[in-house]
Amino acid sequence: MTTTSKTHLPKIALAAFATAVLAGCSSVPLDENKAGAPVESRSTAGAGSTTPAQSTVTPVDVAKTDSTALSNLPRVVFFDFDSYVVKDEFRSTVEANAKVLTADRKKKVVIEGHTDERGGREYNLALGQKRAEAVARSLALLGAQSTQMEAVSFGKERPAVQGSDEAAWAKNRRAEMVYR
Amino acid sequence: MLTRRNILAAGLAGGALPAWAQFRVEISGVGATQLPIAIPRFRDEDKVAQQVSAIVRADLERSGFFRPVDANGTAMDETARPAMGEWRGKGVDALAAGSVQRLADGRVDVRFKLWDVVKGTELGGQASAVDPADLRLAAHRIADYIYERLTGDKGVFSTRIAYVTRGGGRYTLRVADSDGEGAQVALNSPEPIISPAWSPDGRELAYVSFESQKAVIYAQEVMSGRRRPIANFRGSNSAPAWSPDGGTLAATLSREGGSQLFLLDRNGGNVRRLTTSQAIDTEPVFDLPDGKRVYFVSDRGGGPQVYRTSVGGGVERITFAGSYNISPAISPDGRTLAYISRQGNNFKLHTLDLATPGAQPVALTDTSDDESPSFAPNGKLIIYATRAGGRDVLMTTTLDGRIKARLVSTTADVREPTWGPYGR
Repeated sequence: MTTTSKTHLPKIALAAFATAVLAGCSSVPLDENKAGAPVESRSTAGAGSTTPAQSTVTPVDVAKTDSTALSNLPRVVFFDFDSYVVKDEFRSTVEANAKVLTADRKKKVVIEGHTDERGGREYNLALGQKRAEAVARSLALLGAQSTQMEAVSFGKERPAVQGSDEAAWAKNRRAEMVYR
Repeated sequence: MLTRRNILAAGLAGGALPAWAQFRVEISGVGATQLPIAIPRFRDEDKVAQQVSAIVRADLERSGFFRPVDANGTAMDETARPAMGEWRGKGVDALAAGSVQRLADGRVDVRFKLWDVVKGTELGGQASAVDPADLRLAAHRIADYIYERLTGDKGVFSTRIAYVTRGGGRYTLRVADSDGEGAQVALNSPEPIISPAWSPDGRELAYVSFESQKAVIYAQEVMSGRRRPIANFRGSNSAPAWSPDGGTLAATLSREGGSQLFLLDRNGGNVRRLTTSQAIDTEPVFDLPDGKRVYFVSDRGGGPQVYRTSVGGGVERITFAGSYNISPAISPDGRTLAYISRQGNNFKLHTLDLATPGAQPVALTDTSDDESPSFAPNGKLIIYATRAGGRDVLMTTTLDGRIKARLVSTTADVREPTWGPYGR
């Protein structure tokens, strides 16, 4: 994860070509409509920060992609079971997003909290809300204004990955920062 | 109306079952006292779109109080003079027979009579002319009549339920008969729909829709489809519950940070905070019958538990057994709490007798993913969602857990059931 965030520090200077390559490994298509939004690809990106396979084809959904400058911004914070603590390993993710928000006060972000599939729908909605608000607080501490942020929750309704094991649950306990 | 008739006529010509006949009732368990009842096929019921007698039999069986005795070989209607001795010989205690007849004006005349076989007496009957689209309703009303005549309690078969299906990447809020059949679409969305709740007059459904990429509470008139946002504040808006008089909604809002309970007028105005805690407070339900108190779920003590409060009043913890108790539902008489309790990795429907101090919770199911209990308006059945055979399904259970009926969907996952009030 930290490797990913380091790679995009010289962000704006990147040529369009390089941006496209980077997008291949770390961009998350912001397809909020699908239950199986491929958010899990983020962790793969963190682990394999080497060159992508030769045959890699990266789909671009024009209607739903952020502006190019934000396309390789890390945007997902994962949580431990029953926890709302933003772990140290996601500090750089939060910092990168806070930087975007402080640099442009017109930018707005929606922080979407999610849970794994276990437990009631409404209680999970509240748990997801708590995760989203925890990330919003972290962003606020780094200078983002409350008017730039809205914390919402999808509870267990929109898992990033399907599955009923710890591996799937861990990928679903998350907060996503979505620029609209 | 014309289109409906045409569809029905087409169905009749083909002799086909209606396309929406996707549910069937599966009974498991044996009740302590089940009254054996025979209901032969109604005369000429094969000439209309609904098998009236089959609907009545399934209703009565699902209630847990009746055991249908096969009598389909018998040809009789409400004008018959049954040979009581013969029926007694078949072990039958009660008998109902009837007929169905299409009228010149397009309506259908449904008649039936009920007999007490043990005493050899007639218990009454009814005749009504209904729109063909209301034939299932007519059948449910017959079941209600028989149920009330023989048990002394009001039947709930002609009431409706609402639930959400998920299939083909879409979420659909449906309104169906109490047996889960005859479903009609109330809302269709590419985004999740959760927590539907009937208004006490049965005219509206409040629910949470994520169609705008966040949780927003709407209320929708069932007949007209007109809907209005009730709570669309900053953050999440969820868990709507109607007061018994229909004038107030309780809901969980995060607009002031955290998930806290608020009260709103039925159009969403006059928002006032009900709970103030650092914890999660959610899933409010009004106490019945008077609505003066509100039950809710809070993790203020660590894990989620059911609590009770009132406007300006204190907060009282209700559930103690187990570390995770959620989704409270209150019986119409206010004496029984139904809720979901986690036991190990299993989520099971439980009831707690609120009227008896020190009463212990009772587990009602042997399934492991129970959700969303809701009481029938007579308090005799609970509908809930669970998982069976890799699908989300709906079940009803009697309060003693002995008779369960599965409302099976063959096409989609079914969840979030809520049982509507009397009358429609």
